[in-house]
Amino acid sequence: MFSQLIADVVTLWGKYGKIYLNGIKNTLILAITATAIGCLIGFICGILQTIPVSKTDNIFKRLFLGLVRVIIRVYVEVFRGTPMILQAVFIYYGVPYFFGHVFKSIWAVSLIVVSINTGAYMAESVRGGILSIDPGQTEGAKAIGMNHFQTMLYVILPQALRNIMPQIGNNYIINVKDTSVMFIIGFSDFFSIHKMVSGAIYKYFPSALIEMIGYLTLTLVASFLLRWVEKKLAGSDSYELAAGDQLVMAAGTYNSPAKGSPFDEQSKEFGKELYKGVDEGKEDGANE
Amino acid sequence: MSEHILEVRHLSKFFGKNEVLKDIDFNVSQGDVTSIIGASGSGKSTLLRCINLLETPSSGEILFHGKDVTGGGISQSAYRAKVGMVFQSFNLFNNMSVLDNCIIGQQRVLKIPKEEAKETALYFLGKVGMTPYINALPRQISGGQKQRVAIARALSMKPEILLFDEPTSALDPEMVGEVLAVMKTLAEEGMTMLVVTHEMGFARDVSSHVVYMADGVIAEEGDPKEIMVDPKNPRTREFLSRFL
Repeated sequence: MFSQLIADVVTLWGKYGKIYLNGIKNTLILAITATAIGCLIGFICGILQTIPVSKTDNIFKRLFLGLVRVIIRVYVEVFRGTPMILQAVFIYYGVPYFFGHVFKSIWAVSLIVVSINTGAYMAESVRGGILSIDPGQTEGAKAIGMNHFQTMLYVILPQALRNIMPQIGNNYIINVKDTSVMFIIGFSDFFSIHKMVSGAIYKYFPSALIEMIGYLTLTLVASFLLRWVEKKLAGSDSYELAAGDQLVMAAGTYNSPAKGSPFDEQSKEFGKELYKGVDEGKEDGANE
Repeated sequence: MSEHILEVRHLSKFFGKNEVLKDIDFNVSQGDVTSIIGASGSGKSTLLRCINLLETPSSGEILFHGKDVTGGGISQSAYRAKVGMVFQSFNLFNNMSVLDNCIIGQQRVLKIPKEEAKETALYFLGKVGMTPYINALPRQISGGQKQRVAIARALSMKPEILLFDEPTSALDPEMVGEVLAVMKTLAEEGMTMLVVTHEMGFARDVSSHVVYMADGVIAEEGDPKEIMVDPKNPRTREFLSRFL
């Protein structure tokens, strides 16, 4: 029973391994690219949404920013509020009605759909990330004369990025799995290989097992890498005292010499090397 | 041109229907160390925030070297770069080291080359005794140290006037001393300072001018010796009696 399963999996992999791997490759490329583009869209939307408007600003700036906010709002609500599988169908089959020709590249459609979908979620995450930063940081930057753009670039966004990192990871992992719905327009991702292979030779469970292990490996590796990046972004836990105060400098920075080396005070060899010249000098002096 | 660096004229500020500042008038001259004292909620901090345009005044004028800064006659950023501010809650940039906190403004706002900015930053960090900690992040140093870095950050911009918004209120008594010592040195060196404070000792001994605020108006102002020792206004007397 168990051995039969293993035998089936081995046979499947032997026969279709390359096709599975190709599916994994497509899934990974789509998920990584779409997450990257989605983040870019999200950052642009989040930044545009948080530009402060005051009553003293001129009417054009206020109207423009108002319009931008409405557009972003609608974009977020529409793409967050409908299933991605439907969005794919909607765009792939809808475009010919308006432009008279079918999309030639399924890749392009898939990339567009997953990117703008991710962008809609990221827009809110970025906005939240920016709002989560203590207003004191903005005041500190304003007080030394930074404008809004500089404050964002040098003070707020670097801190917001750290807070958003888990969300970016979330979106990436969701994308690894959810790109599977692109099979509806014929994208050959990892999951579509399962449909193809199992449909050809009726080994549903062994193929599903391969898929499970495959997806889990992809997401676990991603989780691991994201944790590592988060740690890097958090910065070092300690810092080095700079020179200036010699006493402060010396504290705690003394490295013990290697055990048994001529410089180890506990070693019998201690001092032999160090005082060699001195002793010889003494002897010389005694001889004279 | 006016002899005063800063002139506040008929300044008032509303938060909704609540009038927090009522027709405030006062001047700051070169080298003045003005302490603003008064109970919490009397409008001291709001006044300081209005001067730095962190709050927009509802009406009135703020003249910097005779030019109104509230109407946009001078760019807000350029004005703020010349008016330093030290906050109660430090507001150091959490994503930068102590040194970078003091460099970023010079580099990005004043467009000073990084090497030169670094030298200036190191000079002022040395002045506040923070040289050993230039590589530390704000979260790794104590409150008193943070405030000293915040002072160095403001000084690095070489401001003409320095505003302090209750700089020692968030510190424990031990750390208050180290920050006050730095402020005292600055005052002795002729820095023009405007200090909102609850440290009556500082107001009396270091400042050249004291302003007592109550309910959004300046109730009494003048020489620290006179006001602290023999206040004319009964409200000032009552306020001070709680400290002495």
